[in-house]
Formats: sequence, structure tokens, C-alpha cells
Amino acid sequence: MATTKVMERKPLTMAEKTFIPQIASGLKTTFGNMLKKPVTLEYPDERPVIPNNYRGVPTLVKDPNGREKCVSCQLCEFVCPPKAIRITPGSIDADAEPDRAHVEKAPQEFDINMLRCIYCGYCQEVCPEEAIFLQDIFSVSGYSRDEMVNNKEKLYALGGTLPDAHLKWDKKKAAEERGNEAH
Amino acid sequence: MATTTQEISIGDLPARAAAASSEGELKGDNMAINVGPSHPTTHGVLRLLMELDGDTITKCRPVIGYLHRGDEKIAENMTYNQFVPYTDRLDYLAPLANNVAYAMTVEKVAGLQVPERCEAIRVLCCELARISSHLLGVGVYGMDAGAWTVFMYTFTEREKLYTLFEELTGARFTTSYTRIGGVARDIPEGWLGRVNDFCNGVLPVLDQVEKLLTRNRIFLDRTEGIGVISRETALAYGLTGPNLRASGVDFDLRKDRPYLGYDRYDFDVPVGTTGDCYDRYLVRGEEIRQSVRIVRQIIETFPDGPVCAEEAKQIVAPQKSKVLSSMEELIQNFMITTEGPRIPAGEVYFEAENPKGALGFFLVSKGGGVPYRLKIRGPSFCSLSLLEELVPGHHMTDITCILGSLDFVMGECDR
Ligand code: SF4
Ligand code: SF4
Repeated sequence: MATTKVMERKPLTMAEKTFIPQIASGLKTTFGNMLKKPVTLEYPDERPVIPNNYRGVPTLVKDPNGREKCVSCQLCEFVCPPKAIRITPGSIDADAEPDRAHVEKAPQEFDINMLRCIYCGYCQEVCPEEAIFLQDIFSVSGYSRDEMVNNKEKLYALGGTLPDAHLKWDKKKAAEERGNEAH
Repeated sequence: MATTTQEISIGDLPARAAAASSEGELKGDNMAINVGPSHPTTHGVLRLLMELDGDTITKCRPVIGYLHRGDEKIAENMTYNQFVPYTDRLDYLAPLANNVAYAMTVEKVAGLQVPERCEAIRVLCCELARISSHLLGVGVYGMDAGAWTVFMYTFTEREKLYTLFEELTGARFTTSYTRIGGVARDIPEGWLGRVNDFCNGVLPVLDQVEKLLTRNRIFLDRTEGIGVISRETALAYGLTGPNLRASGVDFDLRKDRPYLGYDRYDFDVPVGTTGDCYDRYLVRGEEIRQSVRIVRQIIETFPDGPVCAEEAKQIVAPQKSKVLSSMEELIQNFMITTEGPRIPAGEVYFEAENPKGALGFFLVSKGGGVPYRLKIRGPSFCSLSLLEELVPGHHMTDITCILGSLDFVMGECDR
């Protein structure tokens, strides 16, 4: 239940009108704070602690076997509110990577324009392959516009490998093989 | 639909231009002063054209629109969820509260009820956003009136709050936390305890700030009787939030039109007696205390359960683990992302009590995943429209106090 509270005010006393008690208590506060531990951080020598699930620079990750996870479904490209992502879909070369051929698709090019990205995390949220993650890099800089566009190579270099509990494509392959045996 | 054409008469353009340019012309020996659009006391890109007679302001014309981004039109071109990051950038001092107000508007059209835990998280978000916004409001106001250290103390507390937001949402400033039908993620382990610690820490700092300002004669001389907004004026100009309550109008949407289960919590709504700059300061200070009270009550009764209305399969995206393992959910994920949450046709106007006042969304849906029209009502716009009437008669130095006490934010005024 909410109630109303009227903010009454009392006139200043004679003593308060002379400024003296205010100055005294003000200085007490100031000196008290001077003796406290500083709250600021000597950035960039000291780095802030980045919590889990922080939304930093979006990156592409590989699965624990070092394989590309993105299947270039382009869902992240679609959802990205400022249209920062550009993907050119490509196919997987079955001869070069026979154990991954059944995945069929992979991005040929994958660019994220960091001048457009607003770090909203929607790409990570919608990705059906857990291939794109916003990790803990929070400051980016570059000398030109081109430098601020992260291409596929750079995205994988930034992303590295993250643990994968699902290994969806391995399971699919195993199921396929089992299926073949049954026939 | 049949289209109709209409002749638009533009009239005598040169004459109109001449009339417009002579509007601001000075008469007599008054002086014109231009403040802004980039000036420390305007807290954003606000421009004030003023006419001074000696040190007394005789005319003041606020010029707004420097931060206009066309958010309302942008909304028509994206799905409901995609617009959430844009609401961060309305009142960018309380993005969480904007996220909640927007999501609730869309849910009202859809007739969707969110689970209890989601409601509790949302109230918590709104109140923490209020504390953060008022901490800045009070601190910056002190700074505007010449008490610089106050700002340092309140800013330190706000920083702690931002660390909590960062843990909850993944970002300090642009939180983008709500989704239609729920929130983006559940609260992290031990987070409520840290919120409680923050509450325990913020009250002593508030005491300290009030000790520095409330009975300080310098501060009183600068704010008492300055920028008095009468009850009638406040209502006539559509002021809301702390600015309205400082003028003695007892109106708070949380109390008078409770949403999100606000009627379950005990809190006081502070109202002022005269409507001057000092009252607006008093009301904000007290509102921080009351928000802390609400936050404590939520922590005590924090419900369990899901954070999204998962049964609404047309609106809420499925859980990630299911998307990864089941075909049906995978397709659902694709549908909701590409087509947007399916909202039935209808229209709704909803206002929420934001830190700066009533933030309203008027949403027209023709069905489907994209709004047909979204109108945003920003409380700061109303506060600023009052300047033309409020400022004349004051001294030039009072401008900082009046602007600071109105606690507006241009992101929301210009949209
Ligand atoms: S990163 Fe994910 S969402 Fe984006 S194209 Fe690749 S698989 Fe699809
Ligand atoms: S974080 Fe948001 S803005 Fe950035 S690439 Fe992902 S979806 Fe786009």
C-alpha cells in the first residue's frame, strides 16, 4: 500500500543562518572522505573485473575439436538491429573436410562492422548453433573505417574455442551412420 | 485504401521567413544570450535563446530536437523485440525502466500475463533504475548549485549500481534487458544479496548528501522560492513524476494505477508544498529512500519460477537448450526472430512511472510482428515546454538551478 508523505520544511535556525555549523559539518564530511580508500581505478594499468555473460565485442567461436560452428543460417544478420553483420554463405568442401561434410554450409565471409554494432547481444541470443558470442573485450579502436570491420579470420581469432555441451553435428553424424547400418 | 489528394498552400514564403526571423529581434537595450546546444548546465543538447534586461531574463525560448533520431519511425521497421535496444536510448539515465515500460505495452496488446518472478525482477529493475537516475539527478543538481563534492558521492554509489546492472544484463548502460513476454535472462547467483548490500550502503551516503545540502543556507538561498511551479501550471503543462509531485499534486502511477503488482509493496509518495527548486530536490531525495524500501520488500518475497511466459509460443522465443536439440523449437526460434512475436491487432496506451515522470507508449498493431505505429510520450518534453513560462523574471544564474531541478534528459525529449 502506498501512502502520501508531505515534505515539510523547517525554517533555518539562527545558528544555521550564520553558515558556521554547515561549514563545520561540510569540512568534516570532506576530510572523512579524504581518508577513505580511493574508489577510482587506475585504468588502463588496472583493469576492471568483467562479470560472466558480459556483452563485449561479438566473436565467432569454434567447437572443442577446432571446427567452425557457424552454418551461415544468417539469423544473426537478420536480427541485428543496426545491421552490423554481413554474411556471404558458402559450402563446405566435402573432400577437404570429410568429417564435416554433412553440415553442408559454412560462411564464406562473415563481417561485423564494429562502427555499427551496439553490443545488444541479439546475435548470440538467436544463434541456433551457439557459434557467436559476445565476450569480454570492451574497448576497440582503429585508424580507419576498414580496420573497424572484423572479418571472419579476426572474429575466429578473437573468439577462440568455447566448451560445447551439445556437439550437435557429431550427434547428427553418428545418428546418420547408425541409420545406414540399420538399412 | 482510396487515396485522396489535397492542395497544400504554402503562402507567401518570403514574408513568412521575414516574420520568423524578426521574431527574435531585440527591442530597446536588452541583450540576447544563447545557451547551448552544448553547454554543461543543459545536461544534453538543449539550446536556450534568452533575452536579458540587465541580469533579469525577460524571454526564454527552448530549442529542442538536436537529438532527434526518429525512434517512432524506426519502430515501424523492425520486430517488437528488435526495438528494445532503442528504448535504452530514450531516457538513457534509466534504461531498465524504459525497457520494462515498452515490453509491458506490447504485452498489454497481446493480453499476455508474465510470470510472478518476471514481475518481481521488473519491479526491481524499475526501482534500481529510479535510484540510479535520482542519484545522478540530485548529485548533478548539487553540482549545478555549486556543491561539487555531492556529485562525487552520489556518482560513486551510482557506479556500484552500474556494476550490478552489468552482472544482470551484461551491459552497464544500454541494458536491453526485457523481451516481449519476459526478460532476457534470469538473475545471476547471489545477485540479490549484492543488491541488498548496495541498499545498505546507499542510505548512509544519502544521509551525508542531505547533511551537506538540506540545511545548507547557500543551497537554500539558491533554490528556495526559485522556479516555483504552481499546482495549476504543473497540471496544465502535463508535468509528471517528481516535478509534478513537488508542486503538491499527489499523483504517482505506481499508487494510483498500480501495475506490475506495485499495490503489494509499502512505500510513501513524497509530495512538496510549494513547487520550487528546493521541493523538487527534497522529493527526489525521499524517492530514493522509498525505492530502497520497495527493493528490500521484493528481495524478501522473491518468487521462484520461470522468467518468461513460456506458454505463449507465438510470442516468446524458446529456451536455448531446446533450440539446440529439438526441431520444433528450432523452427519456432526462426519464426519469432524473422517474423517477430505474433501480436494480435489492437491498440493500447500505457504509461509507467519512470524516474523522470510518466513514460507513455501508444501502440497500434495490425497484427503480426511489427508495430503499425508507436508513439512515445516523454516526460522531459513536458518539463521543457514549461521553460518559456517558468524562466522569465529570474536571474541568469538561476537558470542552472531551474534546469537542474527539472532533471530532464534530451534523449527522451527529442526521441
Ligand atoms: S553465427 Fe549463428 S546465427 Fe549467425 S549465421 Fe552463424 S549459425 Fe547462423
Ligand atoms: S551485438 Fe547486436 S549490434 Fe552487435 S552484431 Fe550482434 S546483434 Fe548486431
